[in-house]
Amino acid sequence: MTATEPAIQIAGLTKSFDDHTVLTGVDLTVPQGTVYALLGPNGAGKTTIVNILSTLITPGDGEIRVAGFDVRREAGQVRSSIGVTGQFSAIDELLTGRENLRLMADLAHLERSSVGPTVTTMLERFDLVDAADRRAQTYSGGMKRRLDLAMTLISRPRLVFLDEPTTGLDPRSRRDLWAVVREQVADGVTVLLTTQYLEEADQLADRVGVLDGGRLVAEGTPAELKRLVPGGRVEVQFAEASALAAVAAHPGASADPDALTLHAPHDGSITGLRRLLDGLDDAVVTSLTVESADLDDVFLALTGHAAEAPATEEIPA
Amino acid sequence: MSTATATPTSTHTVRDSLTMLRRNLLHARRYPSLTIMLVAQPILFLLLFVYVFGGTMGAGLPGQEAGDRSDYLVFITPGILIMTVASVALGTAIATATDMTTGIIARFRTMGISRVSVLTGHVLGAVIKTVVTVLIVTSAAFLLGFRSDAGLLDRVGALALLLLVAFALTWLTVGMGLTADSVETASNTPMFLVLLPFISSGFVPTDEMPAGLRHFAEYQPFTPIIDTLRALLTGAPTDSDLWVAIGWCALISFVGFLWSRRLFVRVPVK
Repeated sequence: MTATEPAIQIAGLTKSFDDHTVLTGVDLTVPQGTVYALLGPNGAGKTTIVNILSTLITPGDGEIRVAGFDVRREAGQVRSSIGVTGQFSAIDELLTGRENLRLMADLAHLERSSVGPTVTTMLERFDLVDAADRRAQTYSGGMKRRLDLAMTLISRPRLVFLDEPTTGLDPRSRRDLWAVVREQVADGVTVLLTTQYLEEADQLADRVGVLDGGRLVAEGTPAELKRLVPGGRVEVQFAEASALAAVAAHPGASADPDALTLHAPHDGSITGLRRLLDGLDDAVVTSLTVESADLDDVFLALTGHAAEAPATEEIPA
Repeated sequence: MSTATATPTSTHTVRDSLTMLRRNLLHARRYPSLTIMLVAQPILFLLLFVYVFGGTMGAGLPGQEAGDRSDYLVFITPGILIMTVASVALGTAIATATDMTTGIIARFRTMGISRVSVLTGHVLGAVIKTVVTVLIVTSAAFLLGFRSDAGLLDRVGALALLLLVAFALTWLTVGMGLTADSVETASNTPMFLVLLPFISSGFVPTDEMPAGLRHFAEYQPFTPIIDTLRALLTGAPTDSDLWVAIGWCALISFVGFLWSRRLFVRVPVK
């Protein structure tokens, strides 16, 4: 791959399983050293794209180059250039964490003398030292994810695929994982990740592609995408009806006298929030919730339908 | 995908296979009950045939005035050893099928490694397990009174033949493991390999069988293999059966290898 060639280049990618079409023509380019997030609900085709890019399944039509190699004709070179952490745990549960990492270091063809030290470094970096000699079977979900990721990164790939890396993780493990992704980016690694969470794409990605029904319905920086969305909401819960009545005239707000709550649109700016709060007295408010735009809002804005999984399951190919 | 073989990754076949072998042996150590079951079965057959049927069967062996239980022990030991080998091969089908259900196989497929090493790891592991189980079953036969005039060269030849059979049967059972849609199927399909020695020269001389069965028994691969093994174990001279046996092993290995490799490249991620 030359210095200017994109890490991933997809033109006109289609894919069908039997008579079920999963991708209807996807074009996307990921420059080297950037993070690209594929955002979409279950069944949108995110995993299919990752599986095609990582040579697990063959593409239908289209030109696909990964790390400068053609995924059909140069699959071996593609595999030697990438690291993949799939949606499902890809660790050997009968082996210990240390043995799993050693397995990967050997398969990555590291110098034999550097295998041991590299494994130790990874155990330390992924906070697995105490559990290093326990079977991976006994690990918690977060520990399995960390081991999985350490196994992917031990070969120091320049291009990393992460398929829904934080699905099912608690908030702390999610932040730990985000930190790992940022470290990779700082080293100049290119990352393509899939996610169902706008916040995750927002936190990590330089560019976001919104996938729906097998095609990209929008693409841009997180800021550009959020501008397409009507924004978030503020929900204020009151102690008494008179206080609610006092602010019910706020522009765009809707008051619910029975539940003693006020819903107001929120464009994400401090000024807008302050204007609403200026009218409120601390003593009469029992709770205040600010919700940012979520994936559902983005989907509704871009596709006109909610981000629900379609009736057909995403084919686990 | 023919591209996979034309890439630089195939230069790592030896190292990758040894890495996968290490993984296979670690699995056997972590999950020893399967291996123990596979050794116990031929030993139970040995005890059953020697002590329950041995007296009567020994008397019926041809070419002897009054054969007894110890003659029958000598007669069936080769058949029992082949069953042991088939039993380990059955375990490999189960191990391969189980392996295919785990997520790490998908990871291996996305790595720049020699793809066939995932399978050669299983085959090499099976050959090592065969050495161990064959030594255990042979020790059991010796404890029951098996004695042999065979020289060192014959004994080495017998072990070599057993390893060749193990290599051949394992490539076949790896394929069965890959093609099985569940671990249960994988443990049933290769069962015929364990039962086939019964319809061979392993337990009774084939001359005694009815015509149709006798033809099958004489031409199926286990008969020349068992006859050759019997000659090597007793120190008798081997005849043309040796080459027939080696030919069968080579053929089964070759077909099993091509079949398994094709399956592994083709079978989609589960």
